[in-house]
Amino acid sequence: MTALMFLIPIALLLGAAGLVAFFWSVKSGQYEDLDGAAQRILLDDDEEQKDQKKQ
Amino acid sequence: MNAADIAASAARGCPGNLEPSALRAPLPGGAEEDAVDPSPFVRPAEEGALRLDLSVQGAKCGGCISKIEGGLTALPGVQNARLNLSTGKLAVVWREGALEPIAITRKLADLGYRAKPYDPEALSEHEDKEGRLLLRSMAVAGFATANVMLLSVAVWAGHEGEMGQATRSLMHWISAAIALPAALFAGRPFFRSAWNALKAGGANMDVPISLAVILALSLSVYETFHHGRHAYFDAAVMLLFFLLIGRYLDHRLRARARAAAQDLLALQATTAQRLRSDGSVEAVAARDIAPGDRILLAPGDRAPVDGEIVEGESSVDISLVTGESAPEDRRIGDRLYAGVLNISSRLVMRAVATTDDSLLAELTRLIEAGEQNKSKYVRLADRAAALYVPVVHTLALATFLGWFFLADGGVRISVMNAIAVLIITCPCAMGLAAPAVQVVATGRLFREGVLVKSGDALERLAEVDAFVFDKTGTLTLGRIRLANEADISTDDIERAAQLARVSRHPLARAVVEAAGAGPLAEGVRETPGCGIEGEIDGVTARFGRADWVGVESAGQSAASEAWFRLGDAAPVRFAFEDFMRPDTPQAVAALRTRGVETEMLSGDREAPARRIANDADIDVWRAQLTPADKIARLEALAEKGVKTAMVGDGLNDAPALAAAHASLSPGTAADASQAAADFVFQGQNLSAVVAAYDVAKKARARVVENFAFSALYNVFAIPIAVFGFVTPLIAALAMSGSSVIVILNALRLSGAPKKVEERGRTP
Repeated sequence: MTALMFLIPIALLLGAAGLVAFFWSVKSGQYEDLDGAAQRILLDDDEEQKDQKKQ
Repeated sequence: MNAADIAASAARGCPGNLEPSALRAPLPGGAEEDAVDPSPFVRPAEEGALRLDLSVQGAKCGGCISKIEGGLTALPGVQNARLNLSTGKLAVVWREGALEPIAITRKLADLGYRAKPYDPEALSEHEDKEGRLLLRSMAVAGFATANVMLLSVAVWAGHEGEMGQATRSLMHWISAAIALPAALFAGRPFFRSAWNALKAGGANMDVPISLAVILALSLSVYETFHHGRHAYFDAAVMLLFFLLIGRYLDHRLRARARAAAQDLLALQATTAQRLRSDGSVEAVAARDIAPGDRILLAPGDRAPVDGEIVEGESSVDISLVTGESAPEDRRIGDRLYAGVLNISSRLVMRAVATTDDSLLAELTRLIEAGEQNKSKYVRLADRAAALYVPVVHTLALATFLGWFFLADGGVRISVMNAIAVLIITCPCAMGLAAPAVQVVATGRLFREGVLVKSGDALERLAEVDAFVFDKTGTLTLGRIRLANEADISTDDIERAAQLARVSRHPLARAVVEAAGAGPLAEGVRETPGCGIEGEIDGVTARFGRADWVGVESAGQSAASEAWFRLGDAAPVRFAFEDFMRPDTPQAVAALRTRGVETEMLSGDREAPARRIANDADIDVWRAQLTPADKIARLEALAEKGVKTAMVGDGLNDAPALAAAHASLSPGTAADASQAAADFVFQGQNLSAVVAAYDVAKKARARVVENFAFSALYNVFAIPIAVFGFVTPLIAALAMSGSSVIVILNALRLSGAPKKVEERGRTP
């Protein structure tokens, strides 16, 4: 039964980590442009870099 | 004068009177329309930078992102251009003074996109607080459900084996430590709504939910204190989790509908060119125009407010206001209504009203009145809830009283069983039944090119008995095209196009469209109201009205025509027609086989209306209706108990769209009409209307099935609960089982596997 003493906290911590990650992703706007994110990965890198340089 | 109008008035000294085309001039969406000057909507960003928000139309694919962002960052001084592909919003930030704002819209026009500034401040209230609360609550409830279940499964397994009382209590205590704060956090949307309902003296679905959660938690804490065998922590958070999924889906549908409507309204933040007293021109937002201001209207501009012409004369397209599709002539002293499109030459008008007092605003008010009527519509889910709440409360109370007095169960057992009834009658399936179906149906229609703009639109469309169509732009494409291309030699078309390329007139554009790009003739001149003249290979050529090029024929009245003559050669007749959408007759027939009436209401003259009604095989039709007439007709139908779906595109249809039981509008429609409609369909095909109707019917069937299933489930579950056989294990199984079945049933609706997106390629 002593295994429970660390297994339960580990389970809860993992769950809490997931929850925090989800909150962060909502807050930082990861879901604002789902279509765009799907397409941007297909764009040529050098064009993206051009954009970066301008910034 | 760089543009003229072959169909302009005879008053200009051109003999005879040709009936002008039964067509409206190019609508917004035509690439020819000049770029809008967005300067009034530029806002300061940080550190000497300026920012402009634009709504870009036609940006649908990955290529558009690189084209637009690449093209704009190449402009001098632009620091950042970011396109949101999901919403079509583009934010551009540049160094102050580095470029004129109009350079941005010009660049976009060059790239082939039409962009309009919008006013982000008009959308600022739309900060979606409610949605974020629901999403967070859902995440917390999900976390709690998973972790409490982890412990509960161990406890349930332990009942059979040899889990000691101490271990079980430890599990319960940990569960309580997770479930109590989680339920307090995640339950807020329900508690708040239940409290508001109670304060108002009523009860909604949230009252039994809140009651069940609070009672289940309190009882479980009590049991835990007394080292009891059963605790309902998992049931309480699971109930919240499932319900929050339903709530969130429902909220997202509504929020998306609201955002679509608000976007369209924000887009009405149009700009106008105001003449200063010294004669220079400044760009102002339409809402800042005061009566007395002098406004410059270049060809292709719309009048931003009601006004009076003080300089120039021109043909104008008033179709968006009255539905009358033929261009009309206006000269000094004539009145121009807001929304009127100037098509042939430069005008100066004096504003006589502000945007709030203009005809456009009047139409907006009619639309709002129609929408208020619609908000009275009670959704199926709410009707079910109205039945559900009293039944559940009565049952729970009866269970408590029965166990307490008849079975002598004592307070603890009686309360426990009453709570079991509250939990197991599971509004989960009920709360998911409608939203899940609506989300799946909306997604399916979206793939088929139909945007669903309001949450209950699908339910309303499913109830419709009659479809009422507008003519121009709805049954037809709303775009003039050359009708007898086969009878004319390609040489003649090309020669006529050499003249026509200088003109903005709809007939001339149709010829250019048939011929494609090419050279201009020499010395081309346009005579307003008559035609175009020029020299091709040293020979004088004329393209225009019959009498002007020296032909006797008067032509038919329905189809309009123009003649082309090269030197003394035989004149060639060009006939023009507003073509029907390719599948209009099929779509009308398809609706008829589904037992739905069809009718056509047109603002246009009788002859073209009759022709289209015949071709589309619609028996009931009316012509020359004003917007108010259309509403009156819809109301007359409604009084007879006929529920109508209005399909229309013009601004003059917008009030009727709002007044009808359900409404659809093509993606080419006026902004206000799209805002007023429940559905917006893309593409050339009217069959999207049939598709929407079919999906709405199916969605309704799924919702009813889901409710029927929930009812059936309760028939079995309630006796088990009332007689006290429900353990936390059974409650968990029943709850998740019924929710999963309801969702699976909804998913059946998504039908065929995802088709490759055919819409939305680069323009």
